[in-house]
Amino acid sequence: MTTGLLVVVAVLLLGGAVGLWRRGTDGRLRPVAAPPPGSGGRGAGEADVTAGAGEGVVESGAGAEAPEAQPGERIDAALLASLGVVPAPATLLQFSTAFCAPCRAVRRVCTDVAAMLPGVRHVEVDAESHLDEVRALGIWRTPTLLVLDADGRVVKRATGVPGKPHLIAAVADLLSPSR
Amino acid sequence: MELDPRGQRFAAVLTSAVLVAVLVTGAGWLALAQAAVFAVTALDPQRGPYPLIFRLLVLPRIGPPAEREPAAPVRFAQVVGFAFLAVSAAGYLSGVVAVGVTFAAMGLFAAFLNAAFGFCLGCETYLAARRLTARRL
Repeated sequence: MTTGLLVVVAVLLLGGAVGLWRRGTDGRLRPVAAPPPGSGGRGAGEADVTAGAGEGVVESGAGAEAPEAQPGERIDAALLASLGVVPAPATLLQFSTAFCAPCRAVRRVCTDVAAMLPGVRHVEVDAESHLDEVRALGIWRTPTLLVLDADGRVVKRATGVPGKPHLIAAVADLLSPSR
Repeated sequence: MELDPRGQRFAAVLTSAVLVAVLVTGAGWLALAQAAVFAVTALDPQRGPYPLIFRLLVLPRIGPPAEREPAAPVRFAQVVGFAFLAVSAAGYLSGVVAVGVTFAAMGLFAAFLNAAFGFCLGCETYLAARRLTARRL
């Protein structure tokens, strides 16, 4: 009986820690460092990041080492096309599944932003029917949102529901004429 | 079909309480009862025992929901919960207490995250499970 009680305490502590951590990180639009503006290329340290991306479907050996979208990586055009992404100044690429309640909230935020700001396109992908692309992009959870620039580079990435002001700010950077 | 998300949180709170009781008392029949609750709710999320309690006792006091959520994630989570609690009950009732404790603890972890943070563990791990199990073409 005392063992059970200890297990209960341990599980609740662990659950509390995980929950608080998730609450802190959920929906945060993490910057995926873009290459220097105007350089048209990549930083020296990342010179061969996209070289191996190959034919759009990047196979990974052991799942855990799926090549995540690297900083500023330009996603292969064929891969984007297979997800239904067409060129736009800014694209909100959302991955969802049927068993995902927050996906709906992300959809709402994204459609609002796309309706508000010309040049922004929202594309929602059913992750389950695009597992190869999901693996290639290193997506493990839904909802995951990738903010893409006009060249198909991942600029920001969020899991969970991003705040609308944050999303607008992230997209505004892409739409500003200085770029 | 759409559901009141507050009903799911309420059900998760009840589930957490039951699972704490299972772990503290080691009662296999209680684990079995919770498994049955999961099974009934998975079959019909509106007629599950906990949602019924919610509608009878809680809903009249707090009024209709501001928004509803799709039922598919909820049903999926109930199926996952059923699988865990069925194994847990089998463990307790057959004398393999370690199995009973382990699976009840995992069920409590998921139910507690849902109750306290509104975070559906089963729903979130669904894609990861599909990635790992689906055949690569």
